[in-house]
Amino acid sequence: MPELPFPLEYAPAREATDIVQLAASYGLFIGGAFVAARSGESFMTVNPATEEPLASVAAAGDDDVDAAVGAARAAFPAWSALPARQRSKLLYRVARLLQDRAREFAVLETLDGGKPIKESRDVDVPLAAAHFFYYAGWADKLDYAFPGRQVRPLGVAAQVIPWNFPLLMAAWKLAPALATGNTVVLKPAETTPLSALLLADVLAEADLPPGVVNIVTGGPSTGAALVRHPGVDKVAFTGSTDVGKEIRRAVAGTGKALTLELGGKAANIVFEDAALDQAVEGVVNGIYFNQGHVCCAGSRLLVQEAVADAVIDKLKARLATLRVGDPLDKNTDLGAINSRAQLDKITSLVDAGVEEGATVYQPPCALPPRGYWFPPTVLTGVHPSHRVAQEEIFGPVLSVLTFRTPAEAVAKANNTRYGLSAGVWTEKASKVLWMSSRLRAGVVWANTYNRFDPASPFGGFKESGFGREGGVHGLAPYVRNA
Amino acid sequence: MSPVPVLAGQPPVAAPQAAAGWVRAGPVDAVGLEARAAALASRSLKRATKVAVLELAVRCMDLTTLEGSDTPGKVAQLCAKAARPDASDPSVPPVAAVCVYPQLVPVAVAALAGTGVKVASVAGTFPAGLGPSAARVEEVRFAVEQGADEIDIVLDRSSFLSGRYARAFDAIAECKDAAGRAHLKVILETGELGSYDQVRRASALAMAAGADFIKTSTGKVTPAATLPVALCMAEAIREHHAATGRAVGLKVAGGVRTAKQAWQYLVVVAETLDGGWAAPALFRIGASSLLNDVLLQLRKERTGAYASPDDVADA
Amino acid sequence: MVWPRTSAMPERVPVRKTYKLFIGGEFPRSESGRSYPVEGAWLARASRKDVRDAVRAGRGALDGWSGRTAYNRAQVLYRVAEIMEGRRQQFVDEGAPWDEVEAAIDRWVWYAGWADKVHQVIGTVNPVAGPFFDFTIPEPVGVVGVAAPEEPALLGLVSRLAPVLAGGNVAVVLASEASPRSAVTLAEVLATSDVPAGVVAVLTGYKAELLPWLAAHRDIDAIDLTGAPVALLGALEEAAADNVKRVVRAEDPLAESPYDVAAFLEMKTVWHPIGP
Repeated sequence: MPELPFPLEYAPAREATDIVQLAASYGLFIGGAFVAARSGESFMTVNPATEEPLASVAAAGDDDVDAAVGAARAAFPAWSALPARQRSKLLYRVARLLQDRAREFAVLETLDGGKPIKESRDVDVPLAAAHFFYYAGWADKLDYAFPGRQVRPLGVAAQVIPWNFPLLMAAWKLAPALATGNTVVLKPAETTPLSALLLADVLAEADLPPGVVNIVTGGPSTGAALVRHPGVDKVAFTGSTDVGKEIRRAVAGTGKALTLELGGKAANIVFEDAALDQAVEGVVNGIYFNQGHVCCAGSRLLVQEAVADAVIDKLKARLATLRVGDPLDKNTDLGAINSRAQLDKITSLVDAGVEEGATVYQPPCALPPRGYWFPPTVLTGVHPSHRVAQEEIFGPVLSVLTFRTPAEAVAKANNTRYGLSAGVWTEKASKVLWMSSRLRAGVVWANTYNRFDPASPFGGFKESGFGREGGVHGLAPYVRNA
Repeated sequence: MSPVPVLAGQPPVAAPQAAAGWVRAGPVDAVGLEARAAALASRSLKRATKVAVLELAVRCMDLTTLEGSDTPGKVAQLCAKAARPDASDPSVPPVAAVCVYPQLVPVAVAALAGTGVKVASVAGTFPAGLGPSAARVEEVRFAVEQGADEIDIVLDRSSFLSGRYARAFDAIAECKDAAGRAHLKVILETGELGSYDQVRRASALAMAAGADFIKTSTGKVTPAATLPVALCMAEAIREHHAATGRAVGLKVAGGVRTAKQAWQYLVVVAETLDGGWAAPALFRIGASSLLNDVLLQLRKERTGAYASPDDVADA
Repeated sequence: MVWPRTSAMPERVPVRKTYKLFIGGEFPRSESGRSYPVEGAWLARASRKDVRDAVRAGRGALDGWSGRTAYNRAQVLYRVAEIMEGRRQQFVDEGAPWDEVEAAIDRWVWYAGWADKVHQVIGTVNPVAGPFFDFTIPEPVGVVGVAAPEEPALLGLVSRLAPVLAGGNVAVVLASEASPRSAVTLAEVLATSDVPAGVVAVLTGYKAELLPWLAAHRDIDAIDLTGAPVALLGALEEAAADNVKRVVRAEDPLAESPYDVAAFLEMKTVWHPIGP
């Protein structure tokens, strides 16, 4: 392939980081203030692109969790009794403040989590603001959300969120819970606590009463203590299917309401009558967006055999133009893997795939010397019985399988314990509708992928969890009959 | 040459991959295409690359004047600018070509002798392309005889949009014959085609009929060139190259006024095709006011200060 | 603000306000050159040609406004409330009581929040008896003429105008004839927020003169006669028949409901086969 007559070098258009003021250490956010953890313990959060430590963060112990739940419980009567119109206006403030401080949040999210600044700026932060804006408007309209049904809040909600979209997941959880009048104890992921802690600032600035939202940082034991706490009325969890099952067992028999948003192994199905160039873009977006750290990632490409070679060729050519590197560079497409642990997991699964007989393709990529990196990867010659066709890798790794007919595509797509999402690429509208009616997935994207909107319900079938976030359906998990 | 019904949206029939080529013209998803074009538009270029890209933009430019009021004096003035764009800076290269109406070709040929700048002529009853076949072909021959190196004709949209693809194909093929050694650009007039599917189909048809370049617009209709349209055409060129081995060029024309737009188009080409296309042999920008904006940007990169329009001569 | 007339020379001579029409994002006087005295001030007295111009501007702005995402419209409407909040004192100076001003702002926020939700309440997926995907989606009716209630002038206007805009429509408003200054103040708010020019026109003047022209105008898609004089209703509805305008008249001018948004939405039903 002829080289350009000059290197088409994109400027390292590095976003300045001085807009973020990091403290050396952070406490827990309980009862409207930052307090030291009674446990006395803490942990470091690092920048996965450089392995530099960013800040020390408190690790909440059982007593701290108890204090947080107590604060949420104490704040609940006044918060739930507040006229809905006032609650609505407070939440609108949160949305507007997130927009005011958008750049600060985007930079912080990229520093703490490793995702490209282009994504945190264009996707994570605007969507987080939009979720608060959308649900603010439901707070005083609940009479219309459930025909024939008067509702009231559940009480104290325990919300445990993952590291792949730290701020956005916080917004997905907090907005509907608060809009319906619940109070919250939120536990951010261990590797990405910082944007939630900055959000606490915004909530206080918006004049949310103390105790309405409490944030307990920590590791798995903090989350476990929180979901098991008897003072909690509702548990909402987004994370791995294995931990989801543990939580399901832990709350069994307690009467606590539960929603789970777990893993996935989505099929991205490309038919011969698709708009192929756009389908390739969609496949790329489906698995390499956010380094594939996406529960609904299109991690299995199911391509119709007649166009398999053409699509794979286009895919490989397209991979060569993906830029992996400094997440703060606006030209970067693929950022850092979130942690050493996740990197090891991805590596070992790809190795397993090769052992099973798949062929690996990775474009030549200069990876930075420090930090956690994995190049965009395609595994061809994958069969349904392979581990790489069944297990969630949660990294920038695409497994490619083929099919011959629509029915076969459906069967292969559904042949998984997961059921979160799926993609369908065809220009034939009736086939879009036929496929989507048969795919056992909570979200079907047709001729697009990884599109999210606060008005659009999201959630899984089968072992991808239950309950929906977004849309009017996203209110239901947070209310009961009045 | 056998007429080719271009099979839009169908998989390629096993067919002779010859010049008469049955070429797949698949459907295009507009939302996805526009999103990709927007992402490409947001790339930022390194400064050193910027200068190289600006100079490339100049070398790929077709300076154009297609007005009823064009006189020999006007054309000669444009040619002088084409050969030496910046009077105070001889390092700025000449443009690729000057594009004029057939009657003005001899003026341009004389003015550009020895400069290396090509003479392009519109022909084929530009811009509608609806004159009688004999007149279209004769105009092409005339322009070539007068000395034109390159011929720009239009796609017969009347035939194309009414589904008479064979007619549209033949109209191009006969002009290709008449053009002889001159290279042939086919203007799709994308602003009239109505959808990206049609742009894709028209691109495939024009290339199958022998176009050496496919071009977005006549400049007489808006919308003219846009990034998504250029991306769509680049994808069609890529497909054609993969199927036939023949490299067809891309020309964007109409509405390209700023240096920033010029390098956005170059990014689209560089990321969709390969380095071979970032050269005057396979990429052109048809423009008039763009040149001065590029020159001002070049000055800014060189001197560090923003320049004034008075610093460069009018074309 | 209307300054009381006085023979004593004040230390500072205030600059008196001219109350004009709001059409196409600008504040012209009536093309007729007329004004009418009300509440101690002169208000522009709109003519049928002003109505004509307002409708034309509205029609021109419709595609842009209805083509935006619902989220964008919701944000624009929320911003209107932000600007209203900043001008509370001005609304009071122009005749509205404090609690009416606050109620009007809150109501405007309430309706802003319907812009991106009403579809989920009144749109449907319809289980037809065949292999078809069938959905009903609400769409803006288009250009809506609004006769604002006489009183309470501000809250009444907001109660009728906000649902029209939340649904993605454009509006030509005839203000309260006896208390028009709130409407003019609201027009200033609209002009300084992010509402595109032409989306709302505010005309002050005599309802009996203007309403027949509004009701008969063939390029208006719907008309809200909530604020129309009762004696005229029959004639106005007859005039509206000529282009089958949708005619709306709220039972309770001060109620708030998503069905007030729905009143200005057309239901479109789409069928598509389901098959491999």
